[in-house]
Amino acid sequence: MFFIGIYGFIVRKNMIAILISLELVLNAVEINFAVFNRYLYPEQLEGMFFSLFGIAITAAETAVALAIIINAYRCIGNVNVRNLNKMKD
Amino acid sequence: MMDFGNFLFMEQEIGLIILFVLLFFYDIFCSEKGKKYFQLVAVSLFAVFTLFGFTPMNKGEAFGGMYISSDMTVFMKNILNIATLIMFLQVKTWLYSENTRHKKGEFYLITLVTLLGMYVMISSGNFMMLYIGMEAASLPLACLIAFNKYQEKSAEAGVKYILISALSSGIMLFGLSFLYGALGSFYFSDMSRNMISSPLVLLGFVFFFSGLAFKLSLVPFHLWTADVYEGAPTGITAYLSVVSKGAAALALIFALYKVFGSIDVAWHHILWWLAIITITLGNIFAIRQKDIKRFFAFSSISQAGYLLLGMIAGTAQGMTAMVFYILVYVFSNMAVFGVIAAVENHTKGDTRIAAFNGLYKSNPALSFVMMLAVFSLGGIPPFAGFFSKFFIFMAAAEQGEYLLVFIALLNTVISLYYYLLIIKAMFIKEENPNNLSRFSIDNYNKVSLVICTAGIFVIGFISLIYEYIDTLSFGI
Repeated sequence: MFFIGIYGFIVRKNMIAILISLELVLNAVEINFAVFNRYLYPEQLEGMFFSLFGIAITAAETAVALAIIINAYRCIGNVNVRNLNKMKD
Repeated sequence: MMDFGNFLFMEQEIGLIILFVLLFFYDIFCSEKGKKYFQLVAVSLFAVFTLFGFTPMNKGEAFGGMYISSDMTVFMKNILNIATLIMFLQVKTWLYSENTRHKKGEFYLITLVTLLGMYVMISSGNFMMLYIGMEAASLPLACLIAFNKYQEKSAEAGVKYILISALSSGIMLFGLSFLYGALGSFYFSDMSRNMISSPLVLLGFVFFFSGLAFKLSLVPFHLWTADVYEGAPTGITAYLSVVSKGAAALALIFALYKVFGSIDVAWHHILWWLAIITITLGNIFAIRQKDIKRFFAFSSISQAGYLLLGMIAGTAQGMTAMVFYILVYVFSNMAVFGVIAAVENHTKGDTRIAAFNGLYKSNPALSFVMMLAVFSLGGIPPFAGFFSKFFIFMAAAEQGEYLLVFIALLNTVISLYYYLLIIKAMFIKEENPNNLSRFSIDNYNKVSLVICTAGIFVIGFISLIYEYIDTLSFGI
């Protein structure tokens, strides 16, 4: 799941699709934490807590990213990363 | 049962939150007329807060070791405070311009939140705190980068920054999950006690390190830097290159020394190669830049490489040299960006290096400050930059890293070449695309440039500062 996310981040051209790939990466990590906690250290809860915090922060991240993407959409008229090429040397 | 006494250790964080709340209410309830003084109020309150940081603080571990406050963290936070104060002084003209005037309150509030995130990052004794601090620092920073709402460049830089920072925190978390699987805890102290050099730990470390390396913009992970630095408003570029980078470096050195100290054989080689590539490529790419903000983006990449030298040493001396390097870097780089902001405001956003042609003829004072700052960044003897480079080379050389120091020394020569390109533009070239005439800058920016110049001259000569940092640092 993590590497599907990375793959999506690299090959997708649509900003929203890139954001979805990022969610995939972060969800993979969340599951990883929960699973390690459940099977290796069932007597404690640290991994579960980390997942909870991670989910909350990821939601905040998505909100900010969407806001910025909307702003970019207003400026360039679409959400294709190919058009984010104003700055080049 | 929760012990509220723990909060006493977080004096600086709580002070920052109080400052935030005060400015927040001022921003909401004050009339448009009263907001004319927002800059004055914000800057003076923040200056008071910066001074407060130098008063004696409570030190110790709070919340079962999640939060650590020591002399070192207090000193590091003071460095970040000074840098942020200088940045606040420099943004006045830009912030009071037409497109941003109505949201100047937001600018200060969001910046304070990012600063709070960096505090948490530095003081963390637990990887969960480190992660939360990092996100609290980088999410609002993305909003600040996209602050020029009507500029395509700014929006583009914002998108690039938020996507890359989300990816990097994903990679870092992936590494952390492996570390958790192998060691069974997130606390720095427990993890270093159980540290073994197993493949799972190494895999986790590599992912964790790559995540932080994105924030530090070390070379294989640096591709976002130039675009974001160019697109962001100049004040934010300064903030990114000094405060955000400094905080990431400090958090990284704490994690390396405290948690991964016992497997230093494993990370030593990774850092060794990264340092060489970062310094060299940063320098080589800086030479061909035409835009001054991109130019200083690559220059800051190579400076981050020098910071790695201090980490590689792995001794108390290395840490001292690194913290001192960051302190000097604050003053030099802030001076550079103060001058860039002044010229940019005058020429309506022209950031080509050619815009600086003949600056010496029209504005001798500005070009003089720029010259000092650039010489300090390049490491020319009487200025502070020479001493910081000298200490960091000495720290690495004492561990027998002669080859590394030699390559870094060669690179300082290359860096002198491209820093001199700016001097050449200012002093020798005549024709300016904007017909630059004599212009005056606002008083806040003047104060900031005076502070920076004083810092560049003085810090190198007061050995007290270096010795003070030396009493605070620790090795592996």
